[in-house]
Amino acid sequence: MTNITAITMPKFGLAMTEGKVASWAKPEGAEISVGDEIADIETTKITNAYESPVKGTLRRYVAAEQEELPVGALIAVVADPVVADSEIDAFIAAFQADFASGYSREQAEAGPEPLKTDVDGRATRYLETGREHEGRPIILIHGFGGDLNNWMFTQPGLAEKHRVIAPDLLGHGGSSKDVGAGDHAALSASVVGLLAALDIPKAHLVGHSLGGAVALRTALDKPAHVASLTLISPAGFGDELDGNFITGFIAANRRKQLEPVLEKLFKDKSLVSRDMAEDLLKYKRLDGVGAALSTIAAANFADGRQKDILRGRLAELGNIPVQVIWGAEDEIIPAHQAEGLPAGIRTHVLAGAGHMPQMEKAAEVNRLILELVAP
Amino acid sequence: MSKKSYRAAINEALRQEMRRDPTVIVMGEDVAGGTDSAGEQDAWGGVLGVTKGLFGEFGRERVLDTPLSESAYIGAAAGAAATGLRPVAELMFVDFLGVCFDQIFNQAAKFRYMFGGHARTPMVIRAMYGAGFRAASQHSQCLYPLFTHIPGLKVVLPSSAYEAKGLLIQAIRDDDPVIFLENKVQYDEEEEVPDEPYTIPFGEANLTREGEDVTIVAFGRMVGIANAAADRLEKQGISCTVVDPRTTSPLDTGTILDCVTETGRLVIVDEASPRCNMATDISALVAQEAFGALKAPIRMVCPPHVPVPFAPNLEDLYVPNADKVEAAVRAVMGYKTKETV
Amino acid sequence: MQMNREELLRAYRAMRTIRVFEERLHTEFATGEIPGFVHLYAGEEASAVGVCMHLSARDKIASTHRGHGHCIAKGVEVRGMMSEIYGRKDGVCGGKGGSMHIADLSKGMLGANGIVGGGPPLICGAALTAKVLKTGGVAVAFYGDGASNQGTTLESMNLATVWKLPAIFVCEDNGYGEATPSSYAVGGSQAKRAGGFGMPCHEVDGFDFFAVHEAARIAIERARDGGGPSMLHVKLSRYYGHFEGDAMTYRAPGEVERVRAAHDCLQRFRQRVTETALFGHHDLDAVDQAVAEEVEASVRGAKAAPLPSDTDLLTDVYVSY
Repeated sequence: MTNITAITMPKFGLAMTEGKVASWAKPEGAEISVGDEIADIETTKITNAYESPVKGTLRRYVAAEQEELPVGALIAVVADPVVADSEIDAFIAAFQADFASGYSREQAEAGPEPLKTDVDGRATRYLETGREHEGRPIILIHGFGGDLNNWMFTQPGLAEKHRVIAPDLLGHGGSSKDVGAGDHAALSASVVGLLAALDIPKAHLVGHSLGGAVALRTALDKPAHVASLTLISPAGFGDELDGNFITGFIAANRRKQLEPVLEKLFKDKSLVSRDMAEDLLKYKRLDGVGAALSTIAAANFADGRQKDILRGRLAELGNIPVQVIWGAEDEIIPAHQAEGLPAGIRTHVLAGAGHMPQMEKAAEVNRLILELVAP
Repeated sequence: MSKKSYRAAINEALRQEMRRDPTVIVMGEDVAGGTDSAGEQDAWGGVLGVTKGLFGEFGRERVLDTPLSESAYIGAAAGAAATGLRPVAELMFVDFLGVCFDQIFNQAAKFRYMFGGHARTPMVIRAMYGAGFRAASQHSQCLYPLFTHIPGLKVVLPSSAYEAKGLLIQAIRDDDPVIFLENKVQYDEEEEVPDEPYTIPFGEANLTREGEDVTIVAFGRMVGIANAAADRLEKQGISCTVVDPRTTSPLDTGTILDCVTETGRLVIVDEASPRCNMATDISALVAQEAFGALKAPIRMVCPPHVPVPFAPNLEDLYVPNADKVEAAVRAVMGYKTKETV
Repeated sequence: MQMNREELLRAYRAMRTIRVFEERLHTEFATGEIPGFVHLYAGEEASAVGVCMHLSARDKIASTHRGHGHCIAKGVEVRGMMSEIYGRKDGVCGGKGGSMHIADLSKGMLGANGIVGGGPPLICGAALTAKVLKTGGVAVAFYGDGASNQGTTLESMNLATVWKLPAIFVCEDNGYGEATPSSYAVGGSQAKRAGGFGMPCHEVDGFDFFAVHEAARIAIERARDGGGPSMLHVKLSRYYGHFEGDAMTYRAPGEVERVRAAHDCLQRFRQRVTETALFGHHDLDAVDQAVAEEVEASVRGAKAAPLPSDTDLLTDVYVSY
């Protein structure tokens, strides 16, 4: 059997059913290595670079640029140069026939479904992938106003070698909207509760923004449960933040109001799509969300400043490996808060990224996480 | 979040609100469909099954089959609302409003104003509307212009399953009398709908797409038809904004005027009978408030001024469709003033 | 008559207030100062008061265009009523309703109604609320012989019966639906209509407060005990026209004077209670005096009260919009 690899339309997040190749990054016939960017994939919600999972030659483009295709559809073929064109043709024909019959499409579209579990009487939704892998799981904790879909470019990559669990914080996504006090302690307690509910004695924590502060708080409170910490543009490292983002996010109830607020999250403003704003509006309309977000905002960011600064306690982490990742162009929490951290904390400031480097520089962030969690 | 039909979304809204608030009751003809009969007590759950299962969960105290007495039970809904309940009364077909219109427009709608602000009438009337079901003249009308005309009423036209659940929960929580109209043709249409309760505010239009060339305002089922036409037009290089006002009263005049000002052209798709319908209402609004922005006359895509016919081929001619919307857009795009010819 | 002295005084005062209020309106209306239509209840007092003596704020009533009597009997403030009729801002409805739409929901008075037959369905609703929320309350629909032919009234009787609602239908039969006599317009009999729905009906002499009071007691207790609806068919007479300005030429000459002389409910009440040891005439005269002052004050107050402001035109259409 000659080595032919099907490159298929990836699935970004739970809801994606179709996407298009916005543009090919390499010409047909190019030599590619694992991790080379070969295309920009665009959906109604988001755009992301697609990195090659294999080494080889980009023998054939099957998808045209701007062509709408379902998740799992064949978009390109990678093979050795020695493979004959007729074999490539046959491969493509067989794949298309199989895909059209529906079986592969259902497999591709299905993907993992999030589950719900009860943590201290409150429902917590989470998405688990890579279940089959042994070793300490990686917990991905999103930030204010987000949900487990914030990790749509992170989770698949990490799940190839690790068990990955991305919960929705209280007040967010599909979890209970009862946030208690809504502060670091309350949110951290629910993360600790989830670990207990899933029988996980120790895990790698990856936290973004407010989720970063929650992850740090968890490590400080329960160091025995934490194998490593990756903090991505975390809260709690200084009192500065763009308070208007928080108030704007809470106040916006029409797309025209919300889009400018969301644009602050990214260096590349064009990433803010209609669908992204619509999905957030639908979330904000759910019973209890308004109150939950207000409670969390009041507990964590009052009067345009952060409360509960944990930076001073970093030294307490002892020998838990810690890395801090920040987008250089972060408009929400300034990247200079990554400076002057205790020695031993690896710091990576990524050029060309705003407050969501896990979306704008997904591959780089994934590499850094994998490095830190490597046994 | 899961895929739900328009019917299931409405059922879920009712169920969740009835769980949350014990003063919410449902009444109507055959809403259970079998109370005290020898067979199933919940045989129908509404003539098209929208309220199925509610009787089983909430019992005969909160899900009340009514005799065929619209004037009595719609009036009772008004009286119950004024005295502390939040009734959701079903008028099986909006065409039946003739036998209970007084209770709606002279009683419920006017209590608050006539009584100097000292009354509150939090009732919802749900009714099926719309043609395309081969149900003929007396079971296919829209009639929402009649309700829109009455100060004191609110009128809701959900265009899809997601819209229906959020708008119905909003209607039940609203403290004023609300007429909630469900297009009977759409009950099986499915869409991703959150499992949790949520609300969609009244008086806020939704833009299902934005374009530069023309604004299409559409109501209820016509929103999907407008979107289908807009898909076709996009492939021909004409980009459309489609506005779903969601509620005719209150009406989001700001969004409509903004969109018309940006695009300069307006097509309105309204399934209601053409004299004095929403298309005429919005045309007058735009002519008065945005006259200078118009590059072409307004086009209304409406049925002819006839009762809804029975024969399927005639009914299909009657209801606005994507072809007619497309033609109307072309007409406004192709309009040339005497100067430009 | 199991009423104590205080109750009897209260009943007399209520009836006397209605009588004086309505007679005063009759004279004031003739000056042209009162806007719109007024429909006077004078003569029918025993019905409203006989029934409402049993009711408290948790019980609801709905009335007709001829609603002043029911309002007063249910405890709506006289001063606020007079202002409302004069269309003043301090009226019970802010001047926005007028005589035909006088209401006070805080007193359980769901309004006079400009639509004949508008009340019975509303009362089915109020009774339903009482049943669902288990308040123990009842709901009373006052309607006339004219309204007894409205579909809404008949449908409501059926609905109240099949849902076993704590409702009472009080048909105030004054013999005329506007200008048309009930002998012409009403097929069959009121009692048989009630019977047709399986509802008990009490035939009541509407000039006799005590007869009304007793029949109402039975019907209201039955309703409160979960026994379902009843009808009272109360035969009485209105002393004035359908509306003020109605010359009443459809009535036999002298009819009103004869009825008034022979049957007046206030006269009969006075006669009955002064026969007992409970009252002397002076007790009732004192009430007459107090009532006269109250009504006089209400007219003076209403005439002096400010009109609603221009902005009131637009308010209170909705709770929020």
